[in-house]
Amino acid sequence: MSQKVLLNATEINIALNRLACQLIENHDDFSNTVLIGLQPRGVFLAERLKTLLEEEYDIENIKLGYLDITFYRDDFRRSNKPLEANKTSIIFIVEDKRVVFIDDVLFTGRSIRSALTAIQSFGRPLEIELLTLIDRRFSRHLPIQPDYRGRQVDAIDGEKVRVSWKENDGEDAVYLVKN
Amino acid sequence: MELSVNHLLGIKYITEADIQLIFETADHFKEVINRPIKKVPSLRDITIANLFFENSTRTKLSFELAEKRLSADVINFASSSSSVSKGETLIDTVNNILSMKVDMVVMRHPNPGAGVFLSKHVKASIVNAGDGAHEHPTQALLDTYSIREKLGDVAGKKVVIIGDILHSRVALSNIFALQKLGALVKVCGPKTLMPKFIDKLGVSFEPKLRKALEWCDVANMLRVQNERMDISYFPTTREYTQQFGLNKALLDSLSKEIVVMHPGPINRGVEITSDVADSKQSIILEQVQNGVAIRMAVIYLLASKIKHNED
Repeated sequence: MSQKVLLNATEINIALNRLACQLIENHDDFSNTVLIGLQPRGVFLAERLKTLLEEEYDIENIKLGYLDITFYRDDFRRSNKPLEANKTSIIFIVEDKRVVFIDDVLFTGRSIRSALTAIQSFGRPLEIELLTLIDRRFSRHLPIQPDYRGRQVDAIDGEKVRVSWKENDGEDAVYLVKN
Repeated sequence: MELSVNHLLGIKYITEADIQLIFETADHFKEVINRPIKKVPSLRDITIANLFFENSTRTKLSFELAEKRLSADVINFASSSSSVSKGETLIDTVNNILSMKVDMVVMRHPNPGAGVFLSKHVKASIVNAGDGAHEHPTQALLDTYSIREKLGDVAGKKVVIIGDILHSRVALSNIFALQKLGALVKVCGPKTLMPKFIDKLGVSFEPKLRKALEWCDVANMLRVQNERMDISYFPTTREYTQQFGLNKALLDSLSKEIVVMHPGPINRGVEITSDVADSKQSIILEQVQNGVAIRMAVIYLLASKIKHNED
């Protein structure tokens, strides 16, 4: 197994700042916007962006929720591994809100498809956007594209993109892992 | 993590890790059933048959609601309106239903061991919803889950089960579940309604209600099952109430606040008075709500073991 660094801590920081600025361009003061981190790995990115928006760009009262898509997945009973659920926590109203889904890596698009179904259980959003740190090009199974992306990556099927976060994995970095 | 079993036939047959997995999964489903839209699509290609060879209101509704909240297709069957009265055997009845592509069977049956028997002869996941005086595993799971929710943990807690232990599948399943989770269990009630070898289960018998209540953190009041009593086990209902009924005066006179549970249906004024059943210390309605989440968890976890390509 070998791995290559795609983004180091400095490059991640630059990408996060750019993503935060792009969100501000479209969402102004975030009064009608809610951020939804997708469980399990999207929540770290979502929390980082929230902190950045609040501390560096002085935007207050950003609403952040966590959405778990396990019960909406299309591979239930089809994968060999049992699916493990994570906590969903959406303590605000989603009806008529502008929702931004936040996830670390966009690959086949299937989890985003599941998230689109899952969020309907909380009401009818005004619109839904997608922000991902890494967009794996040419690997989509569904017609889904991000509205905001940190870095576009070409990776072949046997390769894996791994995002590690300081608060969970000890360092900020994105790796391309070859088996 | 997945369950160690393909059927839920009784608490006796599952491990502590299984119970913890069911609880953690139920936590997620409890959040789901409090959403504006209380339904997930996980089981949309699973069909479940609810076979009730014995009367039930709460358990049947709870299972059906759990199945529907998981998007399963549901068919219902009650023995009173079926061909069982024409002499069909249990295996034939179930195999006929399964030939219509049913993946899971939830069954209540008056004979102890009916679920175990069926699981050996038919190809479907079996969930025991009560088999005679043997086990009622989902009730025990929701009872212990409710204790965990109310007191934070089950391990180390003192639980007394009061009433008709002899005829009660709820008592047996609860004893197994509580012991697997590390709780201390006593039983209390008329000597005539105690099984002969109760001490073999590691459970002690306390004949005095007040002493039992002073000892415990949780009191689970069982229903007096008049329909199962072929002979007279106690002189009169009034005498039972005087000795083993829980009333507000007795509850308030205890040195600490205990949690009161009841699996339902309640005989108000017999084993428990109305003011106790409706008091702050009672978690009877929480038990019912948790029942749906627990049954969703059990069905979801069993269904995840039915592989798609085996259909």
